[in-house]
Amino acid sequence: MTEPVIICRCEDITLADIQERIEQGNHSLEELKRECRCGMGPCQGRTCMPLIAQELAKSLSKPTGEVILPSFRPPTAPISLGALARGSSHD
Amino acid sequence: MIKQADVVIIGGGVVGCSIAYNLAKAGAGQVVVIERGYLASGATGRCGAGVRMQWGTETNCLLSRESVRLLENLPEVLEVDGDIEFKQGGYLLLAYSEKMVAQFKQNLTLQNSLSIPAQWVTPDQAKEIVPHLNTDGLLGATFCPKDGHANPFKVTSLYAKAAAKLGVKFYTYTEATGLSVKAGKVAAVHTSQGDIATNTIINAAGGYAKAVGCMAGVELPIFPERHEILVTEPVEPMQTPMVMCFYHNLYCQQTPHGSFIMGIGHPDEPETFNIKSSWQFLSEMAARITKILPPLANLNVIRQWAGLYDMCPDRTPILGQDPTVKGFYTAAGFSGHGFMISPVVGQLMAQMVMGQPLLIPINMFSADRFTRGQLFVEPSVV
Repeated sequence: MTEPVIICRCEDITLADIQERIEQGNHSLEELKRECRCGMGPCQGRTCMPLIAQELAKSLSKPTGEVILPSFRPPTAPISLGALARGSSHD
Repeated sequence: MIKQADVVIIGGGVVGCSIAYNLAKAGAGQVVVIERGYLASGATGRCGAGVRMQWGTETNCLLSRESVRLLENLPEVLEVDGDIEFKQGGYLLLAYSEKMVAQFKQNLTLQNSLSIPAQWVTPDQAKEIVPHLNTDGLLGATFCPKDGHANPFKVTSLYAKAAAKLGVKFYTYTEATGLSVKAGKVAAVHTSQGDIATNTIINAAGGYAKAVGCMAGVELPIFPERHEILVTEPVEPMQTPMVMCFYHNLYCQQTPHGSFIMGIGHPDEPETFNIKSSWQFLSEMAARITKILPPLANLNVIRQWAGLYDMCPDRTPILGQDPTVKGFYTAAGFSGHGFMISPVVGQLMAQMVMGQPLLIPINMFSADRFTRGQLFVEPSVV
């Protein structure tokens, strides 16, 4: 893999970006996310978080299962403010 | 872990990091920051990221004016590389009642006397500034073009980087578990990683400041209050200023990233450490914002979260040394506007600890104002 590898599609973060930030001492997904916005786009990390967790596990030489996942926050899927505003009254 | 330090700061939010940098720069010796999560993991990283100078008291105007001056060139000021995403798109404060108009005009006189470039705008002028603003019922607004946005994580990490360069030691994932006070003087901080002997402790623990005060036998009237907030998907730039409204108790801005961040204050929110999100917030926020800024109805909400305001009864922070415990300083109780004044708060706290003359007189922020009954009420808070 010589091309830049995009690891977070929503926020355009490359694998190299992530590796560099891990080297700088960001050793949790929460910290990585706040450093570069990985996993903060419309998909909310569904695609990239498992991949980044693997990278973190590799760098820290521990099983992926031991990497603590970041908080999952509502809503589960993107929903428009218009729909939410109408939501308080029944159709 | 280090065994002894000249100053120990409890709390690695933006306030703690700014104080650490300023102390190290002033030559305070060995400065240590204790943070129980990672830096900015508490209120700092959860805040609305707004920076404004439009306040109703002279001191708050001065604190924010001087802070904006620092934020304008923060990487140069701190001599470290980085970008804090500082954008001066202004703040538009909406007035919907005669009482609010009177208060805003009074605030403007004060702000202008302190060279803060805020001005009164009519509903039509407000619409020129924010074309998608619904001006129904709007009596006018105040606008300060130099207010704006900065990234709280980036500001904190810039201060931390600059502080570390000057020798400040940071212990993250380390919790303060107790304090030792001997003969009315601070003696040590006990943490989950060991004890640190010190004669000076700075309580910058935000919503947990009261608990830290208790460890020193000091009663601080600071209580935690949940505030909820949400962010939308990023879109092309369409809204330059932060739109804020005390009447609807809300704020909404588009960040340089393109996403909209918005929040509301809830009058019935109890004193609590709860930072869970609620579905009621989503529908209330959506209902209120789509009335004021109708086209935002098309935007998708992608995430909501909550954080704690460290509230003081008069919505003004406590800054200074405790009158009964020597060496115990508090910098907390910011009531929702700590991030935006943190650059100057760091300078002032360092000046206080070092016994230097203060940049801005802030005696009215001392903790004993509550026993004297001299509250210092800030009228302009969401």
